[in-house]
Amino acid sequence: MAQRRFFKATRHHSGVGDYLFDIFNYTFLVLLCVVMLYPFLNQLAVSFNEASDSLRGGIYLWPREFTWANYKHVFGEASIVNSFFISVLRTIIGTLTSVLGTAMVAYTISRKDFVLKKFVTIAFVLTMYFNGGLIPNYLLVKELNLLDSFWVYIVPGIIGVFNLIVIRSFIEGIPESLFESAKIDGAGDFTIFIKIVLPLSLPVLATVSLFVAVYQWNSWFDVFLYNSSSANLSTLQYELMKILQNSNASMSGKTAADAFSNANASANMVSPTSIRATMTIVASLPIIMVYPFLQKYFVKGLTLGGVKG
Amino acid sequence: MQIGSKAAVKEVINPSVSISTKTKKSFFQRMMSQKALLAMSLPFLVWLVIFKYIPLWGWSIAFQDFKPARSLLDQEWIGLEHFKFLFTDDNFWRVLRNTIGMSTINLVLGFVTAIGLALLINEIRHIRFKKSVQTISYLPHFISWVVAASIVSYSLSLENGIVNIVLVNLGIIDEPILWLGKEKWFWVINGLTEVWKNVGWNTIIYLAAITMIDPEQYEAADIDGASRFQRIKHITLPSLQPTIIILLIMNLGYILESGFEAQYLLGNPMNLAYSENLDIYVLKYGMSMGNFSLATAAGIFKTVVSFIFLFTANHIAKRFGQPRLF
Repeated sequence: MAQRRFFKATRHHSGVGDYLFDIFNYTFLVLLCVVMLYPFLNQLAVSFNEASDSLRGGIYLWPREFTWANYKHVFGEASIVNSFFISVLRTIIGTLTSVLGTAMVAYTISRKDFVLKKFVTIAFVLTMYFNGGLIPNYLLVKELNLLDSFWVYIVPGIIGVFNLIVIRSFIEGIPESLFESAKIDGAGDFTIFIKIVLPLSLPVLATVSLFVAVYQWNSWFDVFLYNSSSANLSTLQYELMKILQNSNASMSGKTAADAFSNANASANMVSPTSIRATMTIVASLPIIMVYPFLQKYFVKGLTLGGVKG
Repeated sequence: MQIGSKAAVKEVINPSVSISTKTKKSFFQRMMSQKALLAMSLPFLVWLVIFKYIPLWGWSIAFQDFKPARSLLDQEWIGLEHFKFLFTDDNFWRVLRNTIGMSTINLVLGFVTAIGLALLINEIRHIRFKKSVQTISYLPHFISWVVAASIVSYSLSLENGIVNIVLVNLGIIDEPILWLGKEKWFWVINGLTEVWKNVGWNTIIYLAAITMIDPEQYEAADIDGASRFQRIKHITLPSLQPTIIILLIMNLGYILESGFEAQYLLGNPMNLAYSENLDIYVLKYGMSMGNFSLATAAGIFKTVVSFIFLFTANHIAKRFGQPRLF
């Protein structure tokens, strides 16, 4: 501590230039935070502001005429409530299956004596450098009868190679003696996986869970590609995407009323702008509330994968 | 320590355990003793073959006159016809120009801003402030592209968009501009959106590399009276060089991956000429027009070119004695 004080003190000797640098640096970073945060706070304010009033403009960080009407409308819409449940469901099932499966494979390829260690590792890592592409993947999903099914959200992406490498690197850091003594006590590989590897890998599993959960929650393209004709399998992001596409289209000449006729503007209490803001908040709030608490883990996980991958 | 000694004692008591692990067993014998490991990895190996390797076989449809109604084995082979069409299609060259233009802008902007931000964050001594800046800058990375695009198009809108409000009030523009309607601006808007979304996230790897720098270097520089700029220029940046090079190599391999979601979601009929990229071209020909063969040909073109870029970059890095990917 005393030593750190000393160096801090010497740094202050280096003069006006450093002082100006600090002023610039802090100002710039505060501005950066404003740019990152403002759009969300603005959408939050619009989502709590009365719809017709929002159209007059001038809503920045605080609602002018506070109302719950936008949220009531959004959660009163059966299709949106359903898409919310599908989003939650795919996030939970997708994360559990993916993390468990990836951890299993990672464990097997972390065992030095495993006969297929090299083969399995290379087979997975190779797929990082090429893929079949959109059409062949679509045809495969179609052949497997996964079109218009919930499982197309889960099965095709169950293992991510990057996550696999991150978890493997972590497991390789577990002291070998733990495995040896468990083996001598008669534990099989599966018992070791459940009783030793999983509990000790919790930090990395938390990281990967976050990555997978964010991916699942945020996905809309697979809904669009595979399930666009099954309204009951739509997700929140896809519903928001449809509203966004409508307003994009309206920019190119169509009248607003035209484009929004199917955007649930039936009740005159709401407007597309307010609905969009409300959906934006609903679609991003769960993630915003979770990720800051896992920061320590994902920073570690990312550097682990980056170094060894 | 205790665990280790326990194992040692067991080995003494029951020598067969250690002998059996040391003698060389045949491949088959070892395989039989690893049933659990096999049971845990083989199902996923099967999954891997089905979902990652079998689609490669689908590349063959680029050389066929593919008709979805007929079975996969009963298609007419037509050679390189689709590739010929591709290379004479004006639209293809337009989307290729857009792809390379946007990914180059993204690459340069992405690198410069991430390194710059990492250097600035590293210079903060106030730990609480540093942590807060980092957390806030990660935020846009975690939200979906749908949400990001919705926010961006709202911020750029004519009436209530904050960008127009700020620019008009600062006197930079005289009246609000419909930014997403100006096709020539699309590459810039796309690049800035990408930076907004990922710059914080991209600093993580650089900040991690900076923590590996020996603090004694900074202490010595302090004693010599080096200024902040000199410390950044002579210690931090040179130490980051290997990280920068390896990330550059990785990203060069993705030069034809300019992203898909941003362009698709921010694209509209007014900026189409500059927003459509290869991925959207594939989607349009493949899914909307049902020309699976042509779309696959374009996909193959993309993968092959990416591969060449990656290998070339890797080779150059090797020549100059720099760290490389493989």
